[in-house]
Amino acid sequence: MAKAADRARDVLEDSEHALRLLRTMLLIRRFEERAEEQYTRARIGGYCHLAIGEEAANVGSIDCLGADDYLFVSYRDHAAALAVGSSPAAVMAELFGKETGVARGYGGSMHLLDVDRHFLSGWGIVGGHLPIAVGAALAIDYQDAAGAVLCQFGDGATNIGAFHEALNLAAVWHLPIVFQVINNLYGMGTSVEQASAEPELHKRACAYRMHGERVDGNDVLAVREAAGRLLARAREEGEPALLETTTYRYRGHSVADAGKVYRTPDEIASWRERDPITRFVTVLREHDLLDDEELDKMRKQVSDEVSEAIREAAAAPTPDPDELYENVYGDDRWREQFEGMNTAAPFGEREETRSWQR
Amino acid sequence: MAEVTYREALRRALDEELDRDERVFLMGEEIGRFEGSYKVTAGLWAKYGPKRVRETPISEEGFVGAGIGAAMLGLRPVVEIMTINFILVAQDMVVNHAAKIRYMFGGKVGVPMVIRTPGGAGAQLTAQHSQSLEVWFAHVPGLKVVAPSNPRDAYGLLKTAIRDDDPVLFVENLVLYNVTGSIPEPDEDFTVPLGSAHVAREGTDLTIVAHSYTVRRALAVADRLAQSGFEAEVVDLRSLRPLDVDTVVESVRKTNRVLIAEEGWATFGVGAELAARIGRACFDDLDAPPERVGGAEVPMPYSKPLELAALVLEDKLEAAARSLLAECGLAGAGAGRD
Repeated sequence: MAKAADRARDVLEDSEHALRLLRTMLLIRRFEERAEEQYTRARIGGYCHLAIGEEAANVGSIDCLGADDYLFVSYRDHAAALAVGSSPAAVMAELFGKETGVARGYGGSMHLLDVDRHFLSGWGIVGGHLPIAVGAALAIDYQDAAGAVLCQFGDGATNIGAFHEALNLAAVWHLPIVFQVINNLYGMGTSVEQASAEPELHKRACAYRMHGERVDGNDVLAVREAAGRLLARAREEGEPALLETTTYRYRGHSVADAGKVYRTPDEIASWRERDPITRFVTVLREHDLLDDEELDKMRKQVSDEVSEAIREAAAAPTPDPDELYENVYGDDRWREQFEGMNTAAPFGEREETRSWQR
Repeated sequence: MAEVTYREALRRALDEELDRDERVFLMGEEIGRFEGSYKVTAGLWAKYGPKRVRETPISEEGFVGAGIGAAMLGLRPVVEIMTINFILVAQDMVVNHAAKIRYMFGGKVGVPMVIRTPGGAGAQLTAQHSQSLEVWFAHVPGLKVVAPSNPRDAYGLLKTAIRDDDPVLFVENLVLYNVTGSIPEPDEDFTVPLGSAHVAREGTDLTIVAHSYTVRRALAVADRLAQSGFEAEVVDLRSLRPLDVDTVVESVRKTNRVLIAEEGWATFGVGAELAARIGRACFDDLDAPPERVGGAEVPMPYSKPLELAALVLEDKLEAAARSLLAECGLAGAGAGRD
């Protein structure tokens, strides 16, 4: 393991890169704290799943993605959007349901995406995106393209049928994909021990003769090392892998859950002692890559950036209800195709209420 | 023009689209070496190889999902589900994912995918293999659903569906595969548009609306009615979503009477939808309320007499048509042969 640990520290040779990792984690932490506050102010509706505490597991692997790779994640997706480099203002605007949002206000918190950055989004059905991510890997293979797919999901997703089907297909078809289970120990309020006959989730890989391994998901360097190695193997050899990153969410499942009835204060406190940001700051300090002044500056920068994102999002326009019917279909012929349905439309809609026709 | 089976018409459409566009590939259980459970893909694995004609394990949720992902990256997968009954294990992929993606992501990514699957009944395949579930999907915004009744439409609609930028459920029918009809010689430009019904037989006394195999039964019933002096018009819907209500309404305004027939259960079905729309659009034209006929509302039984009793056979359709004509005071219509 010494070798892996050495490799993990490679990034410390490049101080700019190392500090960028920290900055992204700080940005996510601050963004999520402010999102929580904005939710209580009713600027964000619906569900809102925060990733506070899981920053290293998100950032460590996403940092390994190149221009040819693709990313799929669950509905706890704010961190992924920020990690791929989507504008915080556009992400916050999506949470606010604004037209300037990354999905133009049609998706909300759970359905962030950034097609240009190959971030194919946050998905709302537990485990549902795993087969779809396999299809992206299939397309890469089909086109003889260079990339790989990183598919992140929570521990709860490992017990749905789609998990089994996706891993089996990826293995029998030798597809370039890394499945990353972000094991935060609870699917909503149900513990991994309670839900999974084999709670060491990485061991599930052996059922598919697939490589599986577990790393400390609160150690951004360890996550980065493992994900980088497995993604390279996926790209070069077309072999999938299952990477388990153990971590913890400080908040509840969503903002509607305090996260306290199924976890003890001691347990939460013990995980806070292993905080991924604090740990990485310590490493950077040990390597003389960061001092207090630089850290304070960085915290202030991300805080200002998130404040500005909130300001921009709040000021942005909401989507036009006259465009309600846009994008249900995308084929150029759709209006023509649906022309015959105008007669006695559902709800007795009259000409003047069928806005897409105007 | 060539005289071919419905099965061969589908095979030719697949062959032509595979040949025309490198992005098109087929995926499904037993579609390669086995040549398809119903032989629709016969010869294509040998011609195009395992990459273009991908054999899958029994994992409908997995490979429908994989089709979605591949489509999001710009490919044009044509996924075969062995029968429509098995699509239920992939329902999450079809309804929660394929149908939602373009809209939920603000129009920034789409799913140009076709799912081909046969429905229908009549071969004693019993409760779990004899369903017509297309209306479940026709209910869902974001999906398109077509159900051709003859080789020509099967050929033209499949090509249209593959070239369409949205997810299309292409519903075939087990009993139709051996039905023959003429299709054009290989022709890149021949397609049949989505959302366009077809008047399969012109008439003046009654409109019978149907889709898929039931169109053939409706045509047979129209011939029987003609022997009694009644001319039925038969409208073949071809598409269920988009639904060409205009063509139906135009016909009903002419005939003033309408019977909607479907192989699936009528409750919440095609007939229910059309009756509501006809009721509004043709309120002043109707001589009687719209009538509808569907399969018996039971899980399909095995024993032949029971199965025959559950199916929408010509006799049942004819009885409904004659009853409707009699209700409208057309002398001599009778109540059918029973």
